[in-house]
Amino acid sequence: MTSSAAAAIRETKGRPLVSVRGVSKQFSNGTLAVRGVDLDLADGEFVSLLGPAGCGKSTLLRMIAGLGAPSVGTIEWPTAPHDSRGLAEPDLGFVFQDPTLMPWATALKNVMLPMTLAGVSKPDAEARAAEMLALVGLKGFEASYPRELSGGMKMRVSIARALVTKPKILLMDEPFAALDEITRHKLNDDLLGLWERNRFTAVFVTHSVFESVYLSQRIVVMAARPGRVMADLRVDAAYPRDDLFRTSAEYAHLCRVASETLKKAIAG
Amino acid sequence: MTDMPLAGPSVPHDGTDAEARPVFVEERRVLGLPVSAWPGIIAPLTIGLFALAAWELIVEWKRVPSYILPGPLLIAKTLVTDWDTLSGALWITLRITFAALVAAVTVGVALAILFTQSKWLEKSLFPYAVILQVTPVVSIAPLIIIWVGDINLSLLICAWLVAFFPILSNTILGLNSADHNLINLFQLYRASRWQTLRHLRLPAALPYFLAGLKISGGLALIGAVVAEFVAGSGGNASGLAYRILESGYQLRIPRMFAALILISLSGIAIFLVTSWIAHLFLRRWHESAIRREN
Ligand SMILES: Nc1ncnc2c1ncn2[C@@H]1O[C@H](COP(=O)(O)OP(=O)(O)OP(=O)(O)O)[C@@H](O)[C@H]1O
Ligand SMILES: [Mg+2]
Repeated sequence: MTSSAAAAIRETKGRPLVSVRGVSKQFSNGTLAVRGVDLDLADGEFVSLLGPAGCGKSTLLRMIAGLGAPSVGTIEWPTAPHDSRGLAEPDLGFVFQDPTLMPWATALKNVMLPMTLAGVSKPDAEARAAEMLALVGLKGFEASYPRELSGGMKMRVSIARALVTKPKILLMDEPFAALDEITRHKLNDDLLGLWERNRFTAVFVTHSVFESVYLSQRIVVMAARPGRVMADLRVDAAYPRDDLFRTSAEYAHLCRVASETLKKAIAG
Repeated sequence: MTDMPLAGPSVPHDGTDAEARPVFVEERRVLGLPVSAWPGIIAPLTIGLFALAAWELIVEWKRVPSYILPGPLLIAKTLVTDWDTLSGALWITLRITFAALVAAVTVGVALAILFTQSKWLEKSLFPYAVILQVTPVVSIAPLIIIWVGDINLSLLICAWLVAFFPILSNTILGLNSADHNLINLFQLYRASRWQTLRHLRLPAALPYFLAGLKISGGLALIGAVVAEFVAGSGGNASGLAYRILESGYQLRIPRMFAALILISLSGIAIFLVTSWIAHLFLRRWHESAIRREN
């Protein structure tokens, strides 16, 4: 692993997809959730935001998505289209910590939502949603309501909904935190499979060192009070990564390095 | 993503395999109702029959005169002999109730939507809705009757006044209780106001609206009856409330009871119908309507 991976990626790939510059966020109750964050996300990379609870990971991710403006600083999308007021209209998918499905709609209807809102014709949307559900391993569950699905299955529906529009960037906020380890490993593998095939930019918030090392090319380590970026690590292991990688010495070593960096970040 | 193979190298282990696909097993039915629904019907019926039998026996045994307390058999007989008058009155009361309920739903939902689109509008108008609600209908019914002139229309307005508030306040609550993250999601996909209303706020409000409808159904009937008591108008075109008043003057107590029973039965019928409508809309997804299996 090398520090300042951001600079290296910027050199090799040219213009970043997202450019976060000097971003701070203070809530109305006075909490300084994030302070002075500089971050470039390159097209097609898999980045994890790693940090202890309350260090502003969710706040930062939501600001990148355009939910809540920064108090100070800018978030720019150099390559995305902009609306008439000059606001970026990035092509993104978002996966919340909870599945956040509409309980009154079937799995298929939930996945169709982004297309329904974009005015895609119903048969077209239905076909694409069904295809996406099959891709996340939920073929046969199209007509099931969220309450009839397990936690892991609901998360799969949520991921299918985020990916169905083929976004350029997928933002995920601890999507698997509530799941058991076996299901989490399975979903990690499936997520990597989807990413390797589609090469969207993935931003994955987690507080698990093991998850971040397993998934990402790059780990942004954050510290709390106030939330800030402490380190930017590069994970140079090759893809595809699978159970073999999970048990390798290389993985163990990478986890140790990331773990020590995180410990240092927490110690301040 | 059209020609992509299934993601991930192995078969899912988290319940997403083919064996776990839903299989719907129909419960056994008797006379069109599922077996599990019958105890809920038979138990109250049995209690009711016992109570009626006791009533009849006491009236017989103590020789209570029928102008004080008629027995259930006499009431049933009156119901049959006076059916022509009573059914006409029932029809009029039901018509007013139903029209008032339709008006309450229309105005209540429309106002609720309007209020949630503009906080400013809600702040300035909602207090007046509360004032209308807390003013007893008996106290304004005479005014309404004087102002409106047409008796049926005044009764309709009174019943509507009583019925519309639960729908308004419940629907407002429902429209505002859509999941915060889902609202964010709609924002991310740049949904218009109308799309957010149509695909998120209205479905989220449905259980609340239906709870309001159940309350308002009963209130519309009460409003219609109370208003008619106040109006006290006679003639051919009068409802059940007037028949009760009239029977009271003429000491035809069995007929009074018969009219009373028709009102109660109407109330029960309205409750059953609104509950059934709520069940139809919510049975697949809402906690209040699903059958728990664990
Ligand atoms: N809407 C809000 N209003 C006020 N303070 C907030 C709000 N949202 C978050 N905060 C505060 O901002 C800080 C960062 O919160 P955030 O949710 O971003 O942390 P996190 O890193 O995602 O934590 P976790 O891992 O527990 O999800 C916390 O101290 C929190 O109390
Ligand atoms: Mg968080």
